[in-house]
Amino acid sequence: MSNHQTATPPPRKAWRVPSYWPFVIPALIVVAGIIVFPWLFTIWMSMHEWKVGAPTTFVGLANYIRLPSDPRFVEAVGHTITYTLLSVILPVIFGTFAAVIFHQKFPFRGFLRGLFIMPMMATPVAVALVWTMMFHPQLGVLNYILSLFGLPAELWVFHPGSVIPSLVMVETWQWTPLVMLIVLGGLSAIPSEPYESARIDGANAWQMFRYITLPLITPFIFVASMIRMIDAVKSFDIIFAITQGGPGSASETINLYLYSVAFVYYDIGYGSAIAVVFFVLIVVLAAIMLYMRQRLHWNQTGGAA
Amino acid sequence: MRLRTLLGNLGLALGVLIIVSPAILFFIWMASLSIKMEIDNASYPPVLIPTQFAWENYASVFNSNRFTTYFFNSLIVTGSATLLALLIGVPAGYGIARMQAHKSTIVILIARITPGLSYLIPLFLLFQWVGLLGTLWPQIIIHLVVTVPIAIWIMIGYFETTPMELEEAAMIDGATRWQVFRHVALPIAKPGIAVAFILAIIFSWNNFVFGIVLASRGTRTLPVAVYNMISFDQLSWGPLAAAALIVTLPVLLLTVFAQRQIVAGLTDGAVKGG
Repeated sequence: MSNHQTATPPPRKAWRVPSYWPFVIPALIVVAGIIVFPWLFTIWMSMHEWKVGAPTTFVGLANYIRLPSDPRFVEAVGHTITYTLLSVILPVIFGTFAAVIFHQKFPFRGFLRGLFIMPMMATPVAVALVWTMMFHPQLGVLNYILSLFGLPAELWVFHPGSVIPSLVMVETWQWTPLVMLIVLGGLSAIPSEPYESARIDGANAWQMFRYITLPLITPFIFVASMIRMIDAVKSFDIIFAITQGGPGSASETINLYLYSVAFVYYDIGYGSAIAVVFFVLIVVLAAIMLYMRQRLHWNQTGGAA
Repeated sequence: MRLRTLLGNLGLALGVLIIVSPAILFFIWMASLSIKMEIDNASYPPVLIPTQFAWENYASVFNSNRFTTYFFNSLIVTGSATLLALLIGVPAGYGIARMQAHKSTIVILIARITPGLSYLIPLFLLFQWVGLLGTLWPQIIIHLVVTVPIAIWIMIGYFETTPMELEEAAMIDGATRWQVFRHVALPIAKPGIAVAFILAIIFSWNNFVFGIVLASRGTRTLPVAVYNMISFDQLSWGPLAAAALIVTLPVLLLTVFAQRQIVAGLTDGAVKGG
């Protein structure tokens, strides 16, 4: 607020673009302290043998070299890939379908859209708690629903073979709405002319969707897939609250393993190395997808940027 | 032709039913679990509406001695993290938008991509070293990792769309940058601030991962407290479901009442976030 310099110049003097730095400085300090400093400090720690309560020693890249020969880490990478792939594909399919439905006009649309997005806003731990009860093999409501359709009971999250698909089901339930919102934004930007001429030419609803709608919303589906990928890779709350990575280590993703290494075994150095590799993995995945988008010259409508 | 529109409407109704029911049924079942006695929760086939309501499930949550503490912890952490984020993020969004410093948003994007856990290791050590553990400060500070990028990101988008002409006119009239920001830009940006405020509140309130590491017995927030209940009484589903519903109810109400802001913020942020 010490702006007396800019407040007093003679009014006749030509107006200059003022500096906006004072507005940004508080944010710069905070971002440097709580975002940039942790990044750099993590890299520093990852090059040390660093356990809580023991003296630290510089070990160079030893923590990174340890990673490929750590069976639990390799296994966690596999779980993460399976989990992420399923958690991108399913919400994208259901979300696109839901967006097409919500693009129609029907009574109570706004209210129903509000209900539809509740799963993604609800507190993940609270949601996970109720899903755990629903997954219960004897008393859970899911096995009861299966029995209504004459299907055999499942062990859901209590069996190594079905734990990841079950967790993906929760993740899909939770995050389909976000895909829906993004694709719906794309749908609302489509002009009505192509549909009118297609209708005159006698195209049916499926043909119009396949040859007009789908190509026009593909960039939005792409953006949704990318956001979904970033969030699915680092999914934590749901997995941790429902299975803690179990049974055994059947649902232990990189993020959960990172938690165990850093905050259960307090192996800070090794945990930092996992964090760095994990971060690089996400950035590389995101960069590949961004690069693909630029190559395809998809320009988005609607954004102000 | 009329049969065809009728069939179309039926198909649409069916489609709406299919996509909305997983969300609705889940929350109905959550509510049902929370008002049932233990016998009803353990019965097979499951009971949706019990003959006898177990309101004591809620009473037991509210009466448990630490619930009030956890509730106020959540309130303090979310409230402080949100207000600080707006205080820092709104001017920053304005500055970045006016300086057209688009490159600086890379930092915000990377912050969005980074897993929350990787902030925890260095900041945990830092808080331990400074001696803040055991107070609410570590959680307030680390929640800024979530709320500040949201506020900056949404405000950049908002200030970029507000017209410059008014601000230039005010500046030629001799107003300082601060006065222009305070009296011209800020009033126009109110809807954007509302979006940032609501999203910051929700994501901070829901946050779990920071709490499980940084919270001690007395400084738990509600999500962490609910998680700790799971391990203690695995078998009494009624009170557990009641606690889960109480924790998430504020967010659900906010979602229904501030739906337009949330949708605007998420689509804007998400589309640009890509």
